[in-house]
Amino acid sequence: MKKWELSRLQELFEAIAAQEPLYIPTDVSGQPTFALWQPGMALTRELNTVRSAKDLFFPQVEELVKFKVEGKKIQVLDPQVQIRDQVVFGVRACDARSFDILDSVFLAEPADTYYRDRRAHTTVMTLACTHPEESCFCTSLGIDPQAPGGDVSCWIEGEALYLNANTPKGQALLSRLPLDEGEKPEADRSVFDRLPLKDLDLTRFGEKKLLDWFHSPKWGELSQSCLGCGTCTFVCPTCQCYDIRDFDTGHGVQRFRCWDSCMYSDFTMMAHGTNRPTQLERFRQRFMHKLVYYPADHGGQVGCVGCGRCLRKCPISMNIVKVARALGEEEV
Amino acid sequence: MRTDPLIPMVAQVTHIRTDTPDVKTFRVVGPDGKKPFAHIPGQCAMLSMPGVGEALFSITSSPTNEEYLEFSIKKCGCVTSWIHAIEPGQQVTLRGPYGNGFPVDTDFAGKDLVFIAGGIGLAPLRSVINYVRHYRDRYGAVDIVYGARSKADLVDYEEILQEWCQEDGIRVHLTIDNAQPDWDGHVGFVPNYVKELGFDTGKTVVMCGPPVMIKFTLAGLEELGFRRDQVYTTFELKMKCALGKCGRCNIGDKYVCKDGPVFRLDQMTELPDEY
Repeated sequence: MKKWELSRLQELFEAIAAQEPLYIPTDVSGQPTFALWQPGMALTRELNTVRSAKDLFFPQVEELVKFKVEGKKIQVLDPQVQIRDQVVFGVRACDARSFDILDSVFLAEPADTYYRDRRAHTTVMTLACTHPEESCFCTSLGIDPQAPGGDVSCWIEGEALYLNANTPKGQALLSRLPLDEGEKPEADRSVFDRLPLKDLDLTRFGEKKLLDWFHSPKWGELSQSCLGCGTCTFVCPTCQCYDIRDFDTGHGVQRFRCWDSCMYSDFTMMAHGTNRPTQLERFRQRFMHKLVYYPADHGGQVGCVGCGRCLRKCPISMNIVKVARALGEEEV
Repeated sequence: MRTDPLIPMVAQVTHIRTDTPDVKTFRVVGPDGKKPFAHIPGQCAMLSMPGVGEALFSITSSPTNEEYLEFSIKKCGCVTSWIHAIEPGQQVTLRGPYGNGFPVDTDFAGKDLVFIAGGIGLAPLRSVINYVRHYRDRYGAVDIVYGARSKADLVDYEEILQEWCQEDGIRVHLTIDNAQPDWDGHVGFVPNYVKELGFDTGKTVVMCGPPVMIKFTLAGLEELGFRRDQVYTTFELKMKCALGKCGRCNIGDKYVCKDGPVFRLDQMTELPDEY
């Protein structure tokens, strides 16, 4: 295990950034955000970023391809996507687990090459949690916030940063840095046992038939106040639905991809109508996908990582915890 | 040039046939003038016009056609209105083929087949029908029940009359919703016509049409004694990627674009009826 003095953290960032662009969670206009490190940029004091780390691999908007249209002729132009080696520091265990879930979608054949290339060119340095928030429930999804994974796991204990490489990519990065040897002291884990949501069970939705959950009488009440704003999907580290649109620049056509949300009324709208006409169906789709559909297709793995962002951001205080509890209460 | 499944090829529309007041059939070839790719009956492809949009269409030509792909397209939205206004020689973009297709060489082999279509629902079935006609000795008797609002709304009408109706071992049953002066065939909706025809329950049914037709025809077939595992259909939902990633066509634990669009109806029994 490697060690670095916490008081000299800026020097470590400088050493990494001298090799590859480095992203760290920092406060931008008061909002914790992953941003390109510049000299003097400090780590946020908040536990986690407002938006998840998925932005690094699946940006909110990205160009896929360009076209030139002249008369009846079309030319397909290379989007010239520049994907460079980069390092991201400070990813929490929940977001690190979300990459596995995103991988299962984007890397399934045929792989999405934009996502695949960003994953391949990024070294992920995670950061263990010591002061979780009340909205955290990653432990109920089998995630250990003290063993955050990624290419390099990092811990802040006392006055030192401890680093341990988990992959060859992580080893390569650490070997290029002037780190000391050190052994991390045993962390106090008792705080995780005191979290209010620690006994939540999100993994039991495979026990009953998919349609039993789908036809639950609770969906009406649960979805009644949903505004359909889509905030939950935008802050969610595992939400990966997207739209593809064209934009006429005047010099050609840009085809771009942007995040979309199953909470929106036009998500499944076709010329002849939509198969999810009210917010009830759309709300149900989002939670059924996380709790029932995704696990059914992925060996029981729930499509949630317990980061708690939706608990903190939903304007009507509805969230996956309330949904899971409400559904769990009934005997179907 | 970057290679990604979302980056399409350029293709060219060489012929346009007007089938009905709102359906045209477009013949499409690749940049080299040849068929862009091989496919299985029931598979689909993404057609687009940059700046207008991209949409998924079933391939209506049979895989046995080695020269081009055909798409029968009903004018009903943004992309389809644009494509209805083009002239031959227009380039479009194309990617595919997508989806599973019908089990023409496995489950259908040696079976008596009943095709049931309504309106533009004939488009994906035409690919299977012409495939079955090409390999006629691999299949048993063929019945085709096809209905449309009026005579003018029957897609592929000339091909049906000139080719399908003339062939031994193929019985064609056409119907239109309301009587009209130049029509001496059957009048009435497809579900009722299917019940009137009363097929032998050993046959395999391949069905495509508007959701309401599917619903009532299935009920009729079950009344006749058919089981759901004898009935195949193909679905249409909003799609953007056609690769099982954009999330739009998700129903239950299935993605219609990659796990479908062809489903045996007993497989659908376990899924939410959001289609």
